[in-house]
Parts: sequence; structure tokens; C-alpha cells
Amino acid sequence: MMDSRKSNPFPWMQVVGFLLSVALTFMAVWIGMRAGLPYNTIIILVFVLAFIQAAIQLFMFMHITEGAHGIWQIGKMLSAAFIAIVIVAGSVWVLNSMH
Amino acid sequence: MAQINTTNNPDTPLEYQSETGRLNIFGFWIFLGAEVALFATLFAAYFALKDGTAGGPLPIDVFDLNNTIIMTLILLISSFTSGLAIHEMRRNNVKSMIVWLVITLIFGLAFLYMEIEEFIHLVNEGANLGTNAYWSSFYLLTGTHGLHVTFGICWIVLIITQVLRRGLTPETAKKVFVSSLYWHFLDFVWIFVFTGVYLLGMVG
Repeated sequence: MMDSRKSNPFPWMQVVGFLLSVALTFMAVWIGMRAGLPYNTIIILVFVLAFIQAAIQLFMFMHITEGAHGIWQIGKMLSAAFIAIVIVAGSVWVLNSMH
Repeated sequence: MAQINTTNNPDTPLEYQSETGRLNIFGFWIFLGAEVALFATLFAAYFALKDGTAGGPLPIDVFDLNNTIIMTLILLISSFTSGLAIHEMRRNNVKSMIVWLVITLIFGLAFLYMEIEEFIHLVNEGANLGTNAYWSSFYLLTGTHGLHVTFGICWIVLIITQVLRRGLTPETAKKVFVSSLYWHFLDFVWIFVFTGVYLLGMVG
């Protein structure tokens, strides 16, 4: 049922996830502060990077796919992401664009 | 019921060995889903009130890029060491697990120290909770996150104490695992605070 990690003494998953997260953080800083892109492009790019880094936390650090309920755990976080995007993007849209 | 579903496979990690453990871990994921909704409402308020900066300093003038990057890296490292603690727990190295958990706590405390220092700096610059809509929503969002970090530190201290007293059992292993999920989740939220609040706040 569960894949064992006892056979792997080195925490590859955590180390790779950590290095990727650091790289994504600095990439976001570079896009925001140095790349000189239009504001709307910056917003889209840094949020894409943020969602990738969030997925790294879930899959590489939090072992979201593990356990008997792995598929439900993924489903729960996907539905939470949907709720979050509706609340945040919906509120901003209604309050800024509706007159 | 509990007996039927209990696996005796020695390769199954301790925290997943009892039905209670499996359900507690799954239940904690449901709780994290609710936490996502909570933070989403705070982010929604923040982004909706982003331009309400009348009568106070602008974020672009008072945020410090280096300070923010250091805070982000500190919390990321603590999330990483928390993952290493679970890795050691699954190899039954209780001592290494506790060492990594203590390192996680030290980085957690360093993050809190820097956040409080930053708040003091901001208040001295004239940006406090009641200054305007922007700073109210800023303190509400970052403060709620900081409160979660504080709670996480206290929780992990109690769990380390329990592991020292009772040893690593399916019951205590489950508690260590669930608290590590919570700790990773704090960094999960911070990724969006860093991106949406600090980085975009410094862009303009």
C-alpha cells in the first residue's frame, strides 16, 4: 500500500524541492525588480511561479499523494484552490470593475 | 473496524499504521483546505483595498527587498528541515528527527523575530493598524500568518516533549507528521504573501 522510503537514506525529494523553491523565489524577484516587464505581465508571471512553488510544497514536502486517501487529499486541495481563486479574483473583480 | 484495516506491513510508516492515524492525517488535510479559504478571504480584502493608501506611507517606500528575501528564505529553510525531520522519523532515527525539529523551531523563531522587527519599523514609519485601509488589511493578513507561526512553534514544542517522554509510537509519529504538515502549510501561505504583498508591493 505504501511505498517505503527506508531504502533511500538520502532525502532527495526534500533537497530537490528546496533547491527548486530557492530558484523560483529568486526568479520571481528578478522578474519583479529587474526584468522591466509591464505590470500586468509581472503579476501573471510571479503568480505562476508562486503556484508552482506551492505545488512543490504539497508534492515534495507534504507527501500529498501518500496514504489510503491520497487521491482525496489532492481533490481537497484542488477544491480549496478553486475556492481561493474565486474568493480572491472574484472580490477584486467585483470591487474594482463593477460600478 | 479498526483491526480490519490495520496493516501489518513493516514498511508502512508508523503514522499510517493505525486507522486512527490514517483518518487523523486525512482529517488534517480537510482542515488545511478550510485554512486556505480563511487566508483567501484575507488576501481578497488585501487586494481589494490595495489602493487605499491615503494618509500613510506607500508600501514601495517602506518595504525592504533584502529583509523580505531573508524572511522568505528563513521560512523556506524551516519548511525544508521539517521535511528532513519526517525523513529521519521514517528511518526510525528519533534523535536526528528531534535535532531537525529543534532546528526548524529556531528558524521559526528567527522568522517571527524578523517579522516583529519589521512591524516595529513600519509603525515608526507611520504605518500602523489604523492608518488606512491598506495597512489594516496588510497587518490583518501578515498578522494572521504570524499568529499561525507562533501557534506552530508552541505546538511542535509540546510534541517534541511528548516524543521524549513516550518515544516514537504510531500515536506520537502521527502527531509529528500532522504538525509537519501544518508547518509546511505556513510556508505554503507565505509564498503568496511574499509574492502578492511584498514583491508586487515593491513593483508599484
